[in-house]
Amino acid sequence: MPSTSAVVSSDDPVVLKAEGIRKVYPGTVALDDVDFEVHRAKVNVLVGENGAGKSTLMKILAGVEQPSAGKIILNGNVIRYSSPRDALAHGIGIVYQEMNLFPNMSVAENLFANREKMKRPGWIDHAFEERKASELMLRLKQDIAPRTFVRDLKVGQQQIVEIAKALVEDASILIMDEPTSALSKPEVEVLFHIIEELKVNGVSIVYISHRMDELMRIGDYITVLRDGRLIDKRPKAVADLHWIVRTMIGEETDKIFRAGEHAIGGTVLEARDLRLPSTTGRMALDGISFKLRKGEVLGIYGLMGAGRTEVLETIMGLHENATGDVILEGRELGKLGIRERIRLGISLVPEDRQREGLVQTMSVSSNMTLAGLWRIASRGFHIGRKRERAKVQEMISRMSIKTSRPDSLITSLSGGNQQKVIIGKNLVTEPKVLMLDEPTRGIDVGAKAEVFHIVNDLASEGIGILFVSSELIEIRAISDRIIVLSRGYVSGEFTREEATEENLVAASAKPHP
Amino acid sequence: MASKRKTGAGGRTVGYALLKMRTVIALIVIVAAFTAMLATKGINFLNPLNLVTVAKHVAITGIMGMGMTFVIITGGIDLSVGSVVGICGMVAGGLIRQGLPLDPFGVTIYYHVWVIILICLVLGSMIGVMNGFLVTKLNVAPFIATLGTMYIARGFANIISGGATFPDLQGKPELGNTGFPTLGTGLFFSLPLSVWIMIAILAIMTYVARKTPLGRHVYAIGGNPRASRLSGIRVEKTTTLVYMFSGFCAALVGLIVSSQLVASHPATGESYELNAIAAAVLGGTSMSGGIGTIGGTIIGSFVIGVLSDGLVMMGVSEFWQNVFKGLVIILAVVFDQANQKMNMRINVADDRQAKKAA
Repeated sequence: MPSTSAVVSSDDPVVLKAEGIRKVYPGTVALDDVDFEVHRAKVNVLVGENGAGKSTLMKILAGVEQPSAGKIILNGNVIRYSSPRDALAHGIGIVYQEMNLFPNMSVAENLFANREKMKRPGWIDHAFEERKASELMLRLKQDIAPRTFVRDLKVGQQQIVEIAKALVEDASILIMDEPTSALSKPEVEVLFHIIEELKVNGVSIVYISHRMDELMRIGDYITVLRDGRLIDKRPKAVADLHWIVRTMIGEETDKIFRAGEHAIGGTVLEARDLRLPSTTGRMALDGISFKLRKGEVLGIYGLMGAGRTEVLETIMGLHENATGDVILEGRELGKLGIRERIRLGISLVPEDRQREGLVQTMSVSSNMTLAGLWRIASRGFHIGRKRERAKVQEMISRMSIKTSRPDSLITSLSGGNQQKVIIGKNLVTEPKVLMLDEPTRGIDVGAKAEVFHIVNDLASEGIGILFVSSELIEIRAISDRIIVLSRGYVSGEFTREEATEENLVAASAKPHP
Repeated sequence: MASKRKTGAGGRTVGYALLKMRTVIALIVIVAAFTAMLATKGINFLNPLNLVTVAKHVAITGIMGMGMTFVIITGGIDLSVGSVVGICGMVAGGLIRQGLPLDPFGVTIYYHVWVIILICLVLGSMIGVMNGFLVTKLNVAPFIATLGTMYIARGFANIISGGATFPDLQGKPELGNTGFPTLGTGLFFSLPLSVWIMIAILAIMTYVARKTPLGRHVYAIGGNPRASRLSGIRVEKTTTLVYMFSGFCAALVGLIVSSQLVASHPATGESYELNAIAAAVLGGTSMSGGIGTIGGTIIGSFVIGVLSDGLVMMGVSEFWQNVFKGLVIILAVVFDQANQKMNMRINVADDRQAKKAA
């Protein structure tokens, strides 16, 4: 933790003020009389559950949407703008959560996309664009040549190009929507450095994130939205995690991150000396062994690249070149494929929900039963409508999934509900071991609490649970026991009592022996 | 207020239903238009004899289109089917006319027609398996892989006879290989056998698509292959099976066409693959995979069949027929886009209501 943040006094000058902002969509009030202040050269954090109105507020500030009522005051003057371009002309830039870059074009071309610097009509001034791009990269302390294609950059570097885009026109207010969601730990560090420097240069930041530890680290002011209303705002000095979460969901935090009591039985799964070569020639897994018991929640903690996801994938049978033994209830799984492992009782909730978890073209119902059709179909052949419907309904109520019809497209659900569908999909297979890879990533606190609740329930039913998370608070709250991975080996094992943040962080940074 | 909303919702459902039924509506419109226009010339488009002819043409496109539909749903494409039609017709013709000469023994084997049909179906299926192998194991893009097999199969279709036609496929009683023309000309309950074959495949495939794990898997693979694999679906096997089935359907068509003409020509089936793709697309199958129905493809085949036969009867030139076919396909896809947008909106609206209710 850096020793930043001089005490911020509430009377830091306000550069941008949104007053009485109201936004009505057909059928819903997204924002209801919100007053939001952006302090000059500070990080103004906006938090709230999905649907609380953060994105709408941001879109209004960035000129993407127009408020139904209210005004925006920049440096004491009421301003009006009707497009992101207008907003940028006023010095308000936005960095979107999904990157809007052209991978097939160079960094310089991306920075000037749709605002190309012209020498004369029809003639782009490439030299100028590249010079300007170099300057910006220098300013952001990035060693990226302006002619590099964006597709050749790492995700973190792409994010920085995205930021540079906003700086091309000297944005004095920069809105960042979950800028770290795709970044690795070191990349997050780089981003935070850049934010600090932007502050020094007088740039005001509006920062949105679901990651509590980040907000607490870089935020200067924290504003909480709930159900379209501004609930509370505090300088960081007098805000704490407990306050944020309680304000966000209107409940006590202890109720959310509370581990359940469950009886722990005999060994259900054992991993012995798992090894997996990685593409870089290093070992992604370098001799990992552990045991998981019935009804136990075993947390797996580690930094990016420590091998967390690979452990789960190897147990699932995804890596044909992995060695070592996976033993389920005394049975060595050997070279069995994914299908056979699922039938024996192993299941995985993957990290990347969109790419690996969901079939976007299918309904909630079809997604839910996809992995467990062999359980539902009579003689493995005929899918009875009633039987499938009953199973889906059971999961919908058990997971309290909010959907009007099981036949709705899965993409019409919110992230949290989609995640619950994926967990439900794994339960349809009636697993003995449930592996969850970052199951709370990108979902709001309310949904997180529900996921925790479900995991606790499943553990008390005797399912062995492997829970991978990079969020210390979560993993400490849910796990009966935690193993820490570092560079492909087990660098520490802790009981719930021993698993302090210091211990976990220290173990995760241990070099390979 | 409440009543206003109700009409709004009602209007939406009617519009939505119309949009969903668009291909059927298009079919009805086309049939009605031709009936009216031909009636002025004193021709009854709807007379049973004419309808049977149309149905025979539809069966050709329909059978291939159904095989194609599953391939497209998995996110692939099969350009080789037209050539499979050609090569299977030629193999059947060759086996009936010339038999299988076994030079070392100085004998020639003439197979029974049933065996010849079986050989052709296996051949078509094997070409499909080869497509599947190229796509799943060697990671060749489906378009390229099947483009390759399209040329190869067409090449062999010509090589078999040196480019010549095998005429008179009645077979010889003394060789015991008569009966081949029955496949193309035979009637069952006054409908041609080819139409019954189409109906049988339609029934089986609709069941597979809607009620079996296999069908679900086909849709899932097209929607998201990675997620499918993690769900325990054997993506490679299933995909290969789908290509195999497409080859099987094409082989059936090859046999039917040769049998109807009582002759096989190496160029038979050229550009049939495009009709099959058009039928699938008209029926609402999405080229990006994951979406489509077998029934839709049959309706699409009817649109194509009625359109071309109607235009022929109107005396419209072949060149103009192509123009119309092209326009209909483009229109269908434009409507498809509108439909998808509407689907999304309805879904989101429903979800919002559900949340409010909760």
